[in-house]
Amino acid sequence: MAEDLTGLEKRGWGETLRKDNWWIIPVVVFSVLSAFIVYATWAAFQNAHFEFGNYLSPFYSPVLWGDSHHSIFGAQPSWWPGWLPFSPALLILPFPAGFRMTCYYYRGAYYKAFWADPPSCSVGEPRNNYLGEQHLPLILQNLHRYFLYFALLFLCFLTYDAIQGFFFDDDGDEKFNDFGIGVGSLVLCMNVFLLGGYTTGCHSLRHLVGGGSDTTSPSPMRSKCYDCVSCLNGQHMIWAWFSLVWVAFTDVYVRLCSMGIWHDYRIY
Amino acid sequence: MANTTFKVWRGDKDSGEFQEFQTEVSDGMVVLDAVHQIQAESANDLAVRWNCKAGKCGSCSAEINGMPKLMCMTRLSDFDLEEPVTIEPMRAFPPVKDLVADVSYNYRVKQNIKPFKPRQPDNEDGSWNMAQKDVERVQEFRKCIECFLCQDVCHVLRDHHKHDEFIGPRYFVYNAALEMHPLDQEDRVPDLKKSNGIGYCNITKCCTKVCPENITITDNAIIPLKERVVDRYYDPIKMVLHKIMGPKKKSD
Repeated sequence: MAEDLTGLEKRGWGETLRKDNWWIIPVVVFSVLSAFIVYATWAAFQNAHFEFGNYLSPFYSPVLWGDSHHSIFGAQPSWWPGWLPFSPALLILPFPAGFRMTCYYYRGAYYKAFWADPPSCSVGEPRNNYLGEQHLPLILQNLHRYFLYFALLFLCFLTYDAIQGFFFDDDGDEKFNDFGIGVGSLVLCMNVFLLGGYTTGCHSLRHLVGGGSDTTSPSPMRSKCYDCVSCLNGQHMIWAWFSLVWVAFTDVYVRLCSMGIWHDYRIY
Repeated sequence: MANTTFKVWRGDKDSGEFQEFQTEVSDGMVVLDAVHQIQAESANDLAVRWNCKAGKCGSCSAEINGMPKLMCMTRLSDFDLEEPVTIEPMRAFPPVKDLVADVSYNYRVKQNIKPFKPRQPDNEDGSWNMAQKDVERVQEFRKCIECFLCQDVCHVLRDHHKHDEFIGPRYFVYNAALEMHPLDQEDRVPDLKKSNGIGYCNITKCCTKVCPENITITDNAIIPLKERVVDRYYDPIKMVLHKIMGPKKKSD
C-alpha cells in the first residue's frame, strides 16, 4: 500500500532555514575539482615537459609509448589515429580519473557541488526527478572496485618512479645510476605516500579485504588488513583531497623544472 | 536572562505557518526547555513529543534553524539569540500537529525487514561461540535510538518522497546490524537492492552528520551494504563465484 504523504512539501532550489554558511563547502569542492580537471586535461594534452632527468610526472606514469627514456614499449604506436593528438597521458589517465570519479567520498561531494543533489544537507534541490544510483548512468558507479585494481597497479608504477627519482646522471654518462636526493625526489615520495593512503583506504578495498565477510577473526592476516584499511578509511576525505592536490603539484614541479623555471635543489 | 524570539511551526497536515513567541532564556537551557516554557506561558495547546530529556528516547526530533536535531540535546547557547530561532517538525514525515510528525512509516518499513536468524547453537547448552572482534563491528549500530533524524535529513525521502521505494538510512543501519552479525544466516541482499532501494542513496553523508549517537551510518553501514549488493549483482567475477559456491554462507 502506498504511503500517505499528505502534508509533505518540497522546498525549492536552495530553500532552507539553515543560518550557517552551508554553501561554502560545495563552492570550495566545485572550485578545486574544476581547477584540477582543467589543469589535468591541459597537462595531459601537452606531451611535453613531463619528465626532468629521472623525475616523471604522475600524470604520465607509466609511459606505455612515447619519446621518453621512461617509455616501456617504445615510440608512438603506428596505429594511433592521425586526427587524435598523441600523448602518453591519454592512454593511462582514464583509469585514475575513473577511480576518483567512482570513489564513494567524491561521489557524495560532487553530487552536491556539481549537481546540487542536494546542494547541502536539508537544502532544497532544483529537480523533481531522482534516479540515484539505481539506474543508468550512475549505476556504473558500481564499477569502482575495478578502477581500484588499476589504481593499485598504478601505485606500483609510481613507487618505482619515486625510487628512480633518487638516481641522477651526475657523471654525464646518460645513465641514471648516481644516488642523490633532490627536492623532486621528496615530492615524488610524498605523492606516493598520499596516493597510497588514499588508495588503500578505499571503501571497496575495505570490503574486499574483510568487510565482505561477517567474521575476520579466523584469519589474523585478514583481520589486520581490515583494521588497517578501516583506519585509513576513517580519514578517506583527507587523503582524497591531499593526494589530489599533491598529484597536481608533482606534475607542476616536474613541468616547471623541465621548463627551466624552477631549479631542483639537491639535498644530497 | 535574555528575551529571545522563537518561530515555531504551528499547523497540521492541511496547513500551517510559523508563529512567533518570545520567552526568557537563561544559561544552560536547551531548545526543549524553551518550547516547554512557551507552552506554559503562551501556547498551552502547542503539540510537542518528548520523553526522556536525555537524548536517549529519540522522541523530541525536530528541525532547529533548518537542521534536524534533538530538541533536548540542542543548547540555546549554540545559536545567535539576537535572531529568531526557528523550530519546525521533521519535514520528511507528514505533520500531525505543530511539532509532532507522523513517523509511523518507519515502523511499517521495519516490519518488512527479515528478522535475525541465528545459526544452530554451537554448544549443547544452546549458546554460541563468537569472537569479540567480530561482534563488535555491529555494536555501533545498536546505539541507534530511532530518533529518525537521519531519515528526516535524507533527501531521497525529504525532497523526493520515495517512501514507497526506499527505506532510509535508519533501516540500512538496522539491516547492517543483522546482515553483518556473525551468527546471522539470513540473506537480505536481494531485498536491499530491490524493495529497500539502496541504489537511491547517493552518499551525501547527511545522515551521519545529524546522528546524535555519532553512528558512522554511511561509511560503516550503507557503503558496506552497497558493496555486498555489488558483489551479488554488478561484479561479474563475484557473481560467478556466487553461482559456483551457492547461496550465502555466513560463517566462514
